[in-house]
Amino acid sequence: MVSASLRGRGLESLPLDEVKGRSLWADARRRFLRNKAAVAGLVLLVLIAVFSFTGEWIAAWSNEEIDFNVIGSAATMGMPSFENGHYFGTDDLGRDQFARTAQGTRVSLMVGLVGTFIAVVVGTIYGAVAGYVGGRTDQIMMRIVDILFAIPFMFVLILLLVMFGRSMVMIFIGIGLLSWLGMARIVRGQTISLKHKEYIEAARASGVPGWKIIFRHIVPNLLGIVAVYATLLVPDMIMTESFISFLGLGVQEPLTSLGALISEGSKAITQGAMWQLWFPFGFFVVTLYAFYFVGDGLRDALDPKDR
Amino acid sequence: MTPLLDVRDLSVTFAIRGEGDMPWTEPRQLRAVNGVSFTLNPGETLGIVGESGCGKSTLARALIRMVPAEGRVLWQGKTDLLSLAPRAMLPYRREIQMVFQDPLASLNPRMTVGQIIAEPLRTHHPDLSRAEVKARVQGMMERVGLLPNQINRYPHEFSGGQCQRIGIARALIVEPKLLICDEPVSALDVSIQAQVINLLAELQRELGLAMVFIAHDLSVVRHISDRVMVLYLGRVMEEASSTELFSHAAHPYTKALLSAVPIPDPKAERAKRVIPLDGDLPSPFRPPSGCVFRTRCGLADADCADQVPLLQGNSKHGLACHKAWVADSV
Repeated sequence: MVSASLRGRGLESLPLDEVKGRSLWADARRRFLRNKAAVAGLVLLVLIAVFSFTGEWIAAWSNEEIDFNVIGSAATMGMPSFENGHYFGTDDLGRDQFARTAQGTRVSLMVGLVGTFIAVVVGTIYGAVAGYVGGRTDQIMMRIVDILFAIPFMFVLILLLVMFGRSMVMIFIGIGLLSWLGMARIVRGQTISLKHKEYIEAARASGVPGWKIIFRHIVPNLLGIVAVYATLLVPDMIMTESFISFLGLGVQEPLTSLGALISEGSKAITQGAMWQLWFPFGFFVVTLYAFYFVGDGLRDALDPKDR
Repeated sequence: MTPLLDVRDLSVTFAIRGEGDMPWTEPRQLRAVNGVSFTLNPGETLGIVGESGCGKSTLARALIRMVPAEGRVLWQGKTDLLSLAPRAMLPYRREIQMVFQDPLASLNPRMTVGQIIAEPLRTHHPDLSRAEVKARVQGMMERVGLLPNQINRYPHEFSGGQCQRIGIARALIVEPKLLICDEPVSALDVSIQAQVINLLAELQRELGLAMVFIAHDLSVVRHISDRVMVLYLGRVMEEASSTELFSHAAHPYTKALLSAVPIPDPKAERAKRVIPLDGDLPSPFRPPSGCVFRTRCGLADADCADQVPLLQGNSKHGLACHKAWVADSV
């Protein structure tokens, strides 16, 4: 009857190709791309990532090779130069800083991304389940988070590294264990406010099982907040790892990270080898800034009401 | 004829915990719905009216077990929905669908219209192929007056009235027997209200749906309902067929409500006597003793505080009042 009335009005002559809708994600992408600082940050991050993965191929020296011309007199011979192939100079042992910086950036980025990945997956699911189920389950799950939060994180991480030896895996485990706590709390709070929306009620009323409601209705509506928090978590993780490395407890040689390089470089400045500090430090600062700009841009793009 | 729905003595009690209560503090009891009984035949529409906070929406949610309820809800004279295990309730969730008040809020903003309408179908008929689901969704969209080529659009790209049509399509796609409409038009403009009401009435005729229609707008209820139930503070005050109630209302509360409905004729409107209701709805934590309406009733005396009036009368007109009688309608 209704369709008949539609046809009666001659609407069947309209082109009835399917119209493509514009999703909220597409809207957010447009807003993000209009934000110059955020796009600049993203471009920088991509460049840094590309450098960290390809830098060692470009480098004239591998990160383990020792340049015997330089060893022992790095402060006078090891400065950045194109002639001997040490674009960023060498360290005290005559190792190429360009290759080492690329390697250190890669390790730092990986620690940041893996830690954040664990936080996003575990924290989102944990928080969404606690918030959606509610009641006693929620109480117990969140008290566990509170207890873990109360443990001095750095202390435990240092103990772990001392007891089980210094390795990448240990750092991943240590950071992963605790990075999801903040995410779980944020996600739980958001879930509770989403839980009472009518579309969740509609899904419950028509018999959609709980886990499907969580993954189909709650998680997609949380992802905005999660994405913002995750981009701000990456520099946090990088900073933590660098601090551990600065203390000399991070990754083991010949692996290195930005924190470890900065630590070595800061010892070298007394001899005047400033390049040993400036290059890793520059990459460190630029990476963090870029992440913060991207995070800011994401927040503006995904939550336009907040501005 | 077996009624589709036979509700007996339905009550909903919420345990409310105050802010800052200790874990061992006894929660306060709030009776949102108190001993409501009614029957609903296939194809019939029951209108439920009452002020905000009188338990209309809670009653609707109790029928589909979205809130904990006591009493009996007999489906087709056989199954007590309230006694079923959550899993056993699933097939009945297909038979009873719901349309919500806020059209936009009842649609997930991250899903396309097609996904939203298909959700109940995918839940209850997981064996259907993609093409079949899409064909049915488009057929249903056309039926509720949406262009089927809009299937990939998102809720925020539609107007309020269109969103409500999407909500109706979602409810009807699984061919339910009962549709619960929780104030489906109160968030819409008056002109759009009429369109949506007419659509509902038309679909009801075509599909033989029974409806529970909740509203606080009496003219809307009058237009669509076969029978009307008046709720006050979780209790039924009066229940009668639509024509009977609007011509021979007996309960003082119903009379006051009806007198407040504007008449679209300035002369008649000016001549009309509005029965004022003094005061506010009493706190549902401490409802008045006896008749819950006595604190605002013009007829109330000492007797009303003693005894709770029972719903009396015949199947055509029931009334819960010590002071008024259905007799004056004959």
